[in-house]
Amino acid sequence: MAPQQRKPHVCRNPDLIRGVGKYSRSKMYHKRGLWAIKAKNGGAFPKHEKKAAAAAPAEKPPKFYPADDVKKPLVNKRKARPTKLRASITPGTVLIILAGRFKGKRVVFLKQLTSGLLLVTGPFKINGVPLRRVNQSYVIVTSTKVDVSAVNVEKFDDKYFGKKVEKKKKKGEGEFFEAEKEEKNVLPQDKKDDQKSVDAALIQSIEAVPDLKSYLGARFSLKAGMKPHELVF
Amino acid sequence: PFKRYVEIGRIALVNYGKDYGKLVVIVDVIDQNRALVDAPDMVRGQMNFKRLTLTDIKIDIKRVPNKKTLIAAMEAADVKNKWENSSWGRKLIVQKKRASLNDFDRFKIMLAKIKKAGVVRQELAKLKKEATA
Repeated sequence: MAPQQRKPHVCRNPDLIRGVGKYSRSKMYHKRGLWAIKAKNGGAFPKHEKKAAAAAPAEKPPKFYPADDVKKPLVNKRKARPTKLRASITPGTVLIILAGRFKGKRVVFLKQLTSGLLLVTGPFKINGVPLRRVNQSYVIVTSTKVDVSAVNVEKFDDKYFGKKVEKKKKKGEGEFFEAEKEEKNVLPQDKKDDQKSVDAALIQSIEAVPDLKSYLGARFSLKAGMKPHELVF
Repeated sequence: PFKRYVEIGRIALVNYGKDYGKLVVIVDVIDQNRALVDAPDMVRGQMNFKRLTLTDIKIDIKRVPNKKTLIAAMEAADVKNKWENSSWGRKLIVQKKRASLNDFDRFKIMLAKIKKAGVVRQELAKLKKEATA
């Protein structure tokens, strides 16, 4: 189709009810202009010549037939897609994490990664939650939103959060132990800088709303009399 | 012994069913158990008395008025404001507000309650000091 503006074509034969069109076969023949196409072509509908079928290479009969029938796996055309994001989750929504080290923490949602996990940040200065991935199922969505237009999260993807592959080095025993101690605890400086840059803009927009900072710093818990099925988040 | 009577013009609160929580006017009595009931935003229909709770408010109408007359009579008697200023009406409004609170709103209320309690406690301490002094 040409990329110009064309009005979407209304169907030529609208349904009166399902299965019954408005126009009969003869009327449709006329509407489609098949008579005009035939007239242009001298009385018959224009035909293409069939392309000569490429000669299939002669298949040799197989040398080996398995004793019992081998079952073929069924066709599976499903594609892997990231989990469908709940409509209530938009960038800047405050989420409550329900499981793991940070359970109960209220956290700001940034974006959904291609694996389906949600990229989320504390911000780190406010509640100690770093840039982290979280599964949508382990999260309560609140209706509180923070302005995240000033934050750039383009560079974060699943590979950024993957485990670092250690190069296997053949070394003697003494050096082996030393190497283990070094690699354990250090968080690379560039990750710390990423955290700071993401949080700087976020914290500004959080401080613009009164009480929001202490809200994000506090953990959520069920108190006496709170009925989760009746609570509005 | 009885103060609120079923009469034409009595305002009642629906306590069961599709119109739960609505204020309706009793517009006619059908038999021992049912009344014809009407409200500005609903189609006039019958309701069992068991579904109604009578209020103190009464308006001045004749048996089965037009919708227009009914609305005019309700405006004249100022039902809405009377209801919203009554302690019963205010209670219901507060209940609805509490039920619709956001998680963030609940947090803000907690801070406010703590602050208020702190102020009260300070005043109490001052008074206690004066009493013992």
